[in-house]
Amino acid sequence: MEELVNLFHGFAVALQPFNIMVMVLGIVLGVIIGVLPGLGGANGVAILLPLTFSMPPTSAIIMLSCIYWGALFGGAITSILFNIPGEPWSVATTFDGYPMAQQGKAGEALTAAFTSSFVGALFAVIMITLVAPLVASFALQFGPAEKFAVYFLAFCSFVGLSKEPPFKTIAAMMMGFALAAVGLDSITGQLRLTFGVTHLLNGFDFLIAVIGLFGIGEILLTMEEGLAFRGGKAKIDLKVVLQTWKGLPRYWLTMLRSCFIGCWMGITPAGATPASFMSYGIAKRVSKNGNNFGKGEIEGVIAPETAAHAAGTAALLPMLSLGVPGSPTAAVLLGGLLIWGLQPGPMLFVEQKEFVWGLIASMYLGNLFGLIIVLTCVPIFAAILRVPFSIIAPLILVLCAIGAYSVHSSTFDVMLMLVFGVVGYLLKKCNYPLAPLVLAIVLGDKAEEAFRQSLLGSQGSLGIFFSNPLVSTIMVLGLIALFWSVIQEGITRLRGTRTAAA
Amino acid sequence: MRSSVLRVALVTVAAFCTSGIASAAWEPVRPVEFIVPAGTGGGADQMARTIQGIVTKHSLMKQPMVVINKSGGAGGEGFLDVKSAANNPHKIIITLSNLFTTPLATGIPFNWKDLTPVAMLALDEFVLWVNADKPYKTVKDYVDAVKKAPPGSMKMGGTGSKQEDQIITVAVEKAISSKFTYIPYKGGGEVAVQLVGNHVDSTVNNPIEAVAQWRGGKLRPLCVFDGKPMAYDEPIVDGKGWKDIPTCKSQGLDMEYLMLRGIFMGPKATKDHVDYYIELFKKVRATPEWQDFMKSGAFNTTFLTGADYAKWVEGEEKRHEVLMKEAGFLSTGN
Amino acid sequence: MTTNSSGAAGPRHKVVEAGVALLIAVFGVIVIIGSVKAGINWGAEGPRAGFFPFYIGLLIVVSSAINFWHVLRDGDGALFAEWGQLRQVMSVVIPTAIYVGAMPFTGLYLASIIFIGYFMRWLGKYRWLTVLGVAFGMPIVTYFIFERYFLVPLPKGPIEEWLGI
Repeated sequence: MEELVNLFHGFAVALQPFNIMVMVLGIVLGVIIGVLPGLGGANGVAILLPLTFSMPPTSAIIMLSCIYWGALFGGAITSILFNIPGEPWSVATTFDGYPMAQQGKAGEALTAAFTSSFVGALFAVIMITLVAPLVASFALQFGPAEKFAVYFLAFCSFVGLSKEPPFKTIAAMMMGFALAAVGLDSITGQLRLTFGVTHLLNGFDFLIAVIGLFGIGEILLTMEEGLAFRGGKAKIDLKVVLQTWKGLPRYWLTMLRSCFIGCWMGITPAGATPASFMSYGIAKRVSKNGNNFGKGEIEGVIAPETAAHAAGTAALLPMLSLGVPGSPTAAVLLGGLLIWGLQPGPMLFVEQKEFVWGLIASMYLGNLFGLIIVLTCVPIFAAILRVPFSIIAPLILVLCAIGAYSVHSSTFDVMLMLVFGVVGYLLKKCNYPLAPLVLAIVLGDKAEEAFRQSLLGSQGSLGIFFSNPLVSTIMVLGLIALFWSVIQEGITRLRGTRTAAA
Repeated sequence: MRSSVLRVALVTVAAFCTSGIASAAWEPVRPVEFIVPAGTGGGADQMARTIQGIVTKHSLMKQPMVVINKSGGAGGEGFLDVKSAANNPHKIIITLSNLFTTPLATGIPFNWKDLTPVAMLALDEFVLWVNADKPYKTVKDYVDAVKKAPPGSMKMGGTGSKQEDQIITVAVEKAISSKFTYIPYKGGGEVAVQLVGNHVDSTVNNPIEAVAQWRGGKLRPLCVFDGKPMAYDEPIVDGKGWKDIPTCKSQGLDMEYLMLRGIFMGPKATKDHVDYYIELFKKVRATPEWQDFMKSGAFNTTFLTGADYAKWVEGEEKRHEVLMKEAGFLSTGN
Repeated sequence: MTTNSSGAAGPRHKVVEAGVALLIAVFGVIVIIGSVKAGINWGAEGPRAGFFPFYIGLLIVVSSAINFWHVLRDGDGALFAEWGQLRQVMSVVIPTAIYVGAMPFTGLYLASIIFIGYFMRWLGKYRWLTVLGVAFGMPIVTYFIFERYFLVPLPKGPIEEWLGI
């Protein structure tokens, strides 16, 4: 009960006029940041951090966390409209969101994405409100072995999704792993696969690969099929929001499952990106409409968006209660807390009640305001698709270039982006799946790092991955997911040889 | 008539004088890029963004200051970027120990002499931490436990590989003639939490990375790797403050290590450029925000410029070379 | 997608796909070489830097070989794309390549103005007024959003230097 009293006090803080203003400003800035590829949540918050330096800490963190919500919302917009994920966690949203937009259902896709984001965040905030201390201690259980198990599970639940030939999937995924390995090996502190090229010191950034493979690749495919941008007939009417809402309750189970996946991944802290992939993968397998995934199934938008937003929100909990960031953006927010003289950690909830509960209250309000703001803009976003291709295409290309550049302030990355674009076009035409490649780039080096940290700790014994109930459970879940797909593949291959024989 | 001519002449002369003075003191004419050779959210990044915030809040510069992270290759990306910006006085870089360790461990073509030293802002301390639930109350308790355990079975967590944390670990190993298993993580906060979760047995976190867990009663500091105890006597937990942590040397662990938080510029910076930034950082250091920041991280606030600074850096470089050579961390060429 | 347009000329799908498989294999070989340099054995601290990349490289090569074989076995005479379609694709790739290549020298703004202008005028056939409006408008908006508001510096060339921004 004390929590609820604190929370209402928090609402009183967050609802001060100045804080409401700050909240709305933060959301709008965040949406802009989320839409512009390359700026991203972490960079965006870092860039705007000094602006908040002269505000009181509570207002400052409200603004920054609202930028974060805004970026989470905004990431979905370009994914759905142009197949360009503004944020890593919206990659999975492109799989069904973009096909929907092509079929003239951009409004529905955007509404579903925003609404499920809100649901995910709300679920996570409620969890933070009610069970914060308990959850924080759960996060402490996660050493390297447990983390590896989580990555393993994320991979296993996603692999084997694609209907592409298995060896193409393997080739694509391994290319992703190889690209992720370039640069500094974090365990030995040694450079690898850089061949003395300075530009490769940083490895291949995920965002550059994604902007190229998805964004540029898609523009090239569109060019090949003639100049028409296929989403031209998008409805631009606010009614689409209400109509979509009517259909959403049907997917409550998907949403609930995605909420749990998201919260779990946010706390552990594996982050929003694996959460969105995993949630998409599981939804695809469990859903009756599983076969429609990838062709514009609304459930394929709901699942990753719910999970990503739940994870993004839940990631703030370990940051506040342990001082360990659950995501890169949370890492920057953490820096912000320290600058304002607030020490995140076990004592924050005790010593800085006003701050903590003001922040939690602003999570409720910020997400609500965010939802209202982005939903009213759905028609505007959808209308962008009506702009003729020969105007929008160069603008998208320039924006992609800016995005690729601003990731590391390097023009080399911009060239790399174009190379990835051509590669993406070729791979897509040759029926190689891009999703496993992207997943491998995001998680590859983290999984390898966790694996090798575990082996260092166990002095080389693989038994560490089954050394306690927690890690064993996750590993077994992962193995089940993996073998499930192997069985599926086996059946399809059997069928394949039979038809080939006949 | 004559007087007016005279007046015009005087005004002209005066104008020349003032413009002459103005051009003598160089000032940035474009936004200043502040490079951080580490990721967002880390110690160097926090310091850079604090400085950026202070500069903005107190309007210490006419042009904006822009923080850019170039963390690739353990910071090598950032160093090479500044090295190549020879004629650009609008680019400065904040360094940590990777100024020495990265070129030595990775073999990238860089040495601190490729840059122009501006100022040392502070030194970051290192503290030996253990989990508060463990029975080790003093350095001796812990060292005895390490010696008793089979070599390599005790785990030391740290940030990065072949960088400051691991260098200290190797030095500690040498001092107690036993072995740890060193496990590298990405960030200091994560290391501290791994210690709280008992996934490692000890860490050498910076104060700012672990203070929250200390206050929460989860971690216990054993000693500080400095020649003298830290200066901050404000109580943090149970009436104990930073000042009450003994030096490692006094506890029989003969190792001192401080990490540079300093500013450098491109190789061809002139004295005017350097002087401008020295003045700027003097103003930054005088603000209450900076002092709060120093206190929250229990920093050693030594400020050095010019020849003193260069000499200090040179000494540190030699020391790192020796330490890393002994530890076998030098790049084998790649 | 557009592979069944028989009658029109263009590269065979089989040939392109075989080429892609070969390129991927080459990539795999590069990865293997790099891994061997970094050390592929199991050192004192567990697997060394090149351990995982080495096997990843091997897997890439092996799976490419299988894909290559599949192409040769199953490939039919379908087209990859018609020449006309490829010309369309190249009409984006080549200007973009020039745009991207010029950026380090001219800066982002000048390159973007010319690029957008080219695209709209030659591919879109818009009136000059519209073309100039968009071509100059977008970089100016970009300048204010990125450089003035978010303080993100973008690549600049001699013109910006001369203008002092």
